Amino acid sequence: MTSTAFEQVRAIASDLFVVPAQEITSNSSPETIPAWDSTQHLIFVMALEEQFQVRLSPEEIEQMTNIGAIARVLDSRPKNAPE
Amino acid sequence: MTTHSNAVRATLRDEIDFLISSGASQAARARLAELWREENGVASAAFVTSRFERLREQLALRPYRLTILRSFTVEPAVPLLRATAFLSAIDLAVRVGDFNAYAQEILDDGSWLYHSETDAVVLAVRTAEIAPDLWQSFTDLSPQEVEAATHRVADSLAQWIRAFRQRSQAPLIVHNLEQTSQPAIGVLDAQAANSQTAAIQSVNENLRRVAAEHRGVYVLDYDGLIARHGRLRWRDEQKWLTARMPIAAGQLVHLSNEWMRFLAPLTGKIAKALVVDLDNTLWGGVIGEDGITGIKCDSEYPGAAYQAMQRAMLDLAKRGILLAICSKNNPDDALEALTTHPGMLLRPKHFAAMRINWLDKAQNLRDIASELNIGIDSLAFVDDNPVERESVRAALPEVTVIELPDDPMEYANSLRDSPVFERLSLSAEDQQRTTYYVEQRERNDAERSFQSKEDFYRFLQQEAEVAPLSRASLGRIAQLTQKTNQFNLTTRRYTEQQIAERAETRGWQVNSIRVRDRFGDYGLVGLAITRDDGDTCEIDTFLLSCRVIGRTVETALLSHLAERAKARGCRRLSGWFLPTKKNAPARDFYAQHGFTLEAEGQDGTEWTFDLQEGEIACPEWIRLNVLTGVQN
Repeated sequence: MTSTAFEQVRAIASDLFVVPAQEITSNSSPETIPAWDSTQHLIFVMALEEQFQVRLSPEEIEQMTNIGAIARVLDSRPKNAPE
Repeated sequence: MTTHSNAVRATLRDEIDFLISSGASQAARARLAELWREENGVASAAFVTSRFERLREQLALRPYRLTILRSFTVEPAVPLLRATAFLSAIDLAVRVGDFNAYAQEILDDGSWLYHSETDAVVLAVRTAEIAPDLWQSFTDLSPQEVEAATHRVADSLAQWIRAFRQRSQAPLIVHNLEQTSQPAIGVLDAQAANSQTAAIQSVNENLRRVAAEHRGVYVLDYDGLIARHGRLRWRDEQKWLTARMPIAAGQLVHLSNEWMRFLAPLTGKIAKALVVDLDNTLWGGVIGEDGITGIKCDSEYPGAAYQAMQRAMLDLAKRGILLAICSKNNPDDALEALTTHPGMLLRPKHFAAMRINWLDKAQNLRDIASELNIGIDSLAFVDDNPVERESVRAALPEVTVIELPDDPMEYANSLRDSPVFERLSLSAEDQQRTTYYVEQRERNDAERSFQSKEDFYRFLQQEAEVAPLSRASLGRIAQLTQKTNQFNLTTRRYTEQQIAERAETRGWQVNSIRVRDRFGDYGLVGLAITRDDGDTCEIDTFLLSCRVIGRTVETALLSHLAERAKARGCRRLSGWFLPTKKNAPARDFYAQHGFTLEAEGQDGTEWTFDLQEGEIACPEWIRLNVLTGVQN
C-alpha cells in the first residue's frame, strides 16, 4: 500500500532533524537519527499536528515509533478542517 | 499558514541550500524570509534556524542570549522564536531552565542563572502551577481562603521579582496569570462576591504594581494573549497530561510572536518611522480615478477598515513613531483628500515627510530616511500592493515591510501586531516627536536665510542644561544608548539597570543634556558617561540625538566634561571612537576638538586631550546651565 502522508512526514522530519529527505526511509527512527531525542519527538508530533491540522491522541503518539508508523497513523486519519 | 504542496516546498528549500552553498548569503536570507512568510510553523522554524546557523558568519547579526524560566514545557516554541529572531537579524541563543525549578533558580545565589551570561530572562509560570487552589479547587475555598491564596501568589511573584532584581541586572519579562475558560461557579462568577476571575485578576493587578516599582521588569499579558486567540483553542489538555505541554500546536507561533514583541525593543530592532502608501492603504479606492467623493474612509463598511488603519497609525504616532507618506499620485489630488476629506483621522500635520510622486518607491524611501535623519533600517513600509512590497524588499532588504492580508478589515491588526513598533517605556520626548520634526522644518527654513553658520547659531538662542542622572531621566538615557546610531562615539547599548549601576559606582559619572532654542524644546538629546581612572577621565559613552547634530551642542557637552574632570583633579580626557556602519558623523569629533590620536586598535581609535595644556570652550552662542543635585 502506498502512503499519501509519507512524503510530507519525511519532509517535516528532514526540516526538524536537519537530514536530507532522501536519507529518510520508513524505517528511520530515534535509533537511526541521532537528533531525534524525546524533546525532538514532542516537537515532531506538534509539527505533524500543525501541518496535517489534526490533534493526535496519546494512543496514536505511542504508535509513532518510526517514520513508516507515523505515516500509517496519519493515513488513517481524515484531514480535519482547519481549526 | 499556507501549506505548500510537497514539490513547491522542496523547491524553495533546495534553492535556499543552493544559494547558501554558492555563497549568496543575502539572496539566501531573502528566500528564507519568503519561506517564513509562507509557512511560519514548527517544522519550517527548524529549517530556518538550521540554515541561518550556516549563514551567521556572513550576515551581520546581533547576538542575544535569552533565558526562559518555566513551569511548563516551552521547548517546541523556542525554534519558532529563534527563527523569527534570525529574520530580524538577531542571533538568539535560548537557555531553558529546569522543569518547574524556577523558584530555586531565582532564589538561590549560587544558581546557574546568576553565573551564566544572559541578556534577558522570561519567567513563564501558569495559574495552574503557582495557584492550583485558585485554578483547580476554587469551590473548596472559603472567601477568607481565597483572599489568603491571592495574597500568597501575589507575594510569591513579588518575592521572585525582588530576588531576581537584587542578583541580576538583566531585563525580566514575567508572564501574568491566565483566567480559566470555565469559572467554577459558572455564569454567577461575573457578579459573585467570591469570584474566581476576580481573584486571579487581583494577582495580576498586584503584578502590574510590582513590575512598575522595579527597573527593567515587564509584564507579558499571557492572559490577554490567550484571550486574543481563544481560550478553548489555546489549550491541549492531553499534551499537558502526557508531556507537560499545555499549548496546542497551532498556537505556539502566537506565544513566540508575543515574546518577540519584547525582544524587538530590547535588542533595538525597531522602526522609528512608518511609511505608508495612500490608495487602498490609507483610504479605499484610487484618488486619481475615484476622486475625493469616491474614496472610502468613514465609520461604515467598507470605509471603516481604512479609518481603523488610520487610528492604528495615530496610536503608533503617540508612541513616538514618525509617520510618512510614499505614494504614486498627483500630489495636489492626494493633499486635497488628506486636507479636506471629512473621514480622515490623519491630516498633513501628522506626517513628518511626504513623497507623493511617480518615482520608484525604494528611492523615495531612501529620501525619506535622509530627510528624517534616520537609518534606512529604521523604516517600516506598508502598502496594499504586493508588487510594491516585493520591489522594496528586493531593493532595500533592511526596511521592515509589513505584510498585509487580503481583507482590508484586517489591515489595522497587521500594524498593531508588528514587533518593530513596540516600546517598553515611553518618554515625554516620544509623545512629542512629530512636533519636534515640524519645528525642525522651521529651523531648516530659517537656516537658509543666514549667510554664516555662526549668525544662524546666534539667532537660534540655544540654551543647554547639563544634569547628572536622575530617576526621571533614566528611561530616556537608556533609550538614547539603545537607539542612537549616528552621533555615537562608542555605540555601547545599556539597559536602565546598567546605567543606574554605573552612576552609583565610584568614579563614574552619567550626565545628560537638554536643549531648547527659539523654535522649541528639543528635550533630552545627549549624554556622556565617563569614568575616572587615576588622573585620566575616560569617556565611555558620548552621544547626541540626530535632532541636534550640527548645532555645536556636542562642543558644549564636551566643554562641561573637560571642566568637571579638571575640577576633580584629572590631567587628561581620553576616549575611543569605535566606527560602525552608521556613526560616520562622529568620526572627526575628537580630532576637531584638539584631541591627539593615542592608539589605533582593531576596533577603533583612542584619543586623548591634555587638560593642563589645552581648554575646550563652550561655544559663545550656547548658554550652558549646569544642574547639580543628588544622583538617584
